[in-house]
Amino acid sequence: MCGLCGILGVAEHWTDSAGGAPGATASRQADRQHRARVANAVLGVFGLKLSDWMNRYTLTGPTGRSAVIDNLGAVWPMAERLTGRPCDPLDPAVIDAIEARAGTDRGEPG
Amino acid sequence: MSPEDGRPTPAPAPDPEAGSAPITVNVLTGFLGSGKTLLLKRLLALPDLSRTAVLINEFGEVGIDQMLVETVDEDVVLLQSGCVCCTIRGDLKDSMVALHGRMQRGEVPAFDRLVIETTGLADPAPIVATLTADPVLRYHFRLGNVVTVVDGIDGERTLDTYAEALHQAAVADRLVISKTDLADPARVAALRERLAALNPTAELRLSTETSATPAGLLLDDIHDARAKSAEVERWLAAEATHGVHGQTGGGDHEHDAVDVNRHGDIRAFCLTAEAPLDWAAFGLWLSMLLNRHGGEILRVKGLLNITGIEAPVVVHGVQHTVHKPEHLAAWPDGDTRTRIVVIARGLDPATVERSFRAFNDLGSGQAASTP
Repeated sequence: MCGLCGILGVAEHWTDSAGGAPGATASRQADRQHRARVANAVLGVFGLKLSDWMNRYTLTGPTGRSAVIDNLGAVWPMAERLTGRPCDPLDPAVIDAIEARAGTDRGEPG
Repeated sequence: MSPEDGRPTPAPAPDPEAGSAPITVNVLTGFLGSGKTLLLKRLLALPDLSRTAVLINEFGEVGIDQMLVETVDEDVVLLQSGCVCCTIRGDLKDSMVALHGRMQRGEVPAFDRLVIETTGLADPAPIVATLTADPVLRYHFRLGNVVTVVDGIDGERTLDTYAEALHQAAVADRLVISKTDLADPARVAALRERLAALNPTAELRLSTETSATPAGLLLDDIHDARAKSAEVERWLAAEATHGVHGQTGGGDHEHDAVDVNRHGDIRAFCLTAEAPLDWAAFGLWLSMLLNRHGGEILRVKGLLNITGIEAPVVVHGVQHTVHKPEHLAAWPDGDTRTRIVVIARGLDPATVERSFRAFNDLGSGQAASTP
């Protein structure tokens, strides 16, 4: 994304919407809050937290350092910068942690 | 468009409709000597493609392709930086923007399609990334089919020897085997089988010296309302043909990741999900995967069943680039499972599948807990 788009807030990322399909009823704001909630379930594995802020997001690292990002596509490069380590969804330890979190959400014993 | 050789070109009248709709960009690629330029000549001669501009790029000091194309069509602008790769994205963008500007000013005839012919050694993925990542280009242009020409005589050896050739075939939407009238039929059949396994989502055509070249090679793509459904059906047929969805058991959230085939370290495999996916979880997973492994994910094409959305959602991408999701009016075959074909290099399908499943389960749990 170019700087200009960032300033104007007009950038659109493919993760922003599944295409505005007929049948999609949730509001834009509710969608963003849901995205942040799901993202935080994953980002927690890396000690990160995402907050919905003024139609953008703030990503806060384990040391308290934070950055503003526009969409979920920008989460991971920034997450790696804030944590100083790769965020790899194919890392078995990461998958283990996600599976454990999903199990907890389902009420399974941890 | 005039060639960059100083020849005068009559100034056409400005076209009031020029620039009103995105221009479709086709990437035409194929290894050295595969017959890209011959195919291009034929395509440009078709009435349905008469409003087509061409960008080619030179390789090294010998612009063989350039010489051939110039004899066919004057609508050629040359990129001056040699092989199309990441380092010349600026050139590619500048050339496209300049061309569009000239059209809007009426300096060149209006065109609604642009074919970028790469060098034989080029990886088309950076071109795709340039098109979709740049806001200016994204506004004026949209990506159409990537067409890859494979030499019917020498194609197998080329695929064995050059990683570039494998990449070109793996990212294609259309594969054209050339020179099939000159090649041993058994060899063509073997090549055809190999390409179908390497890239099961691409339409595959045979071409001879005299065979007709259909305009649909470029015209029928995922953005075309008439062709969209058929395009997706072919992706799904690839999944069915290769038997990659043979699931057992009755779980309500079950996935498979089965090897379709492997070529060196390139594999095509399919992810499936029975239950609807949470869009946020899927987007998070795929963007995370591409951030770390985008260089290895050569192609992703899928039809998704998303929670809260009745229409099937089409997602497709090349390496780090994912296109804006599209919708189909209905499920092509009545099968409402999510099916995603992945063509990747060096990734373990089982691990990708496990990761996909974990994120989807997490998304389902979060959606269920939403107040």
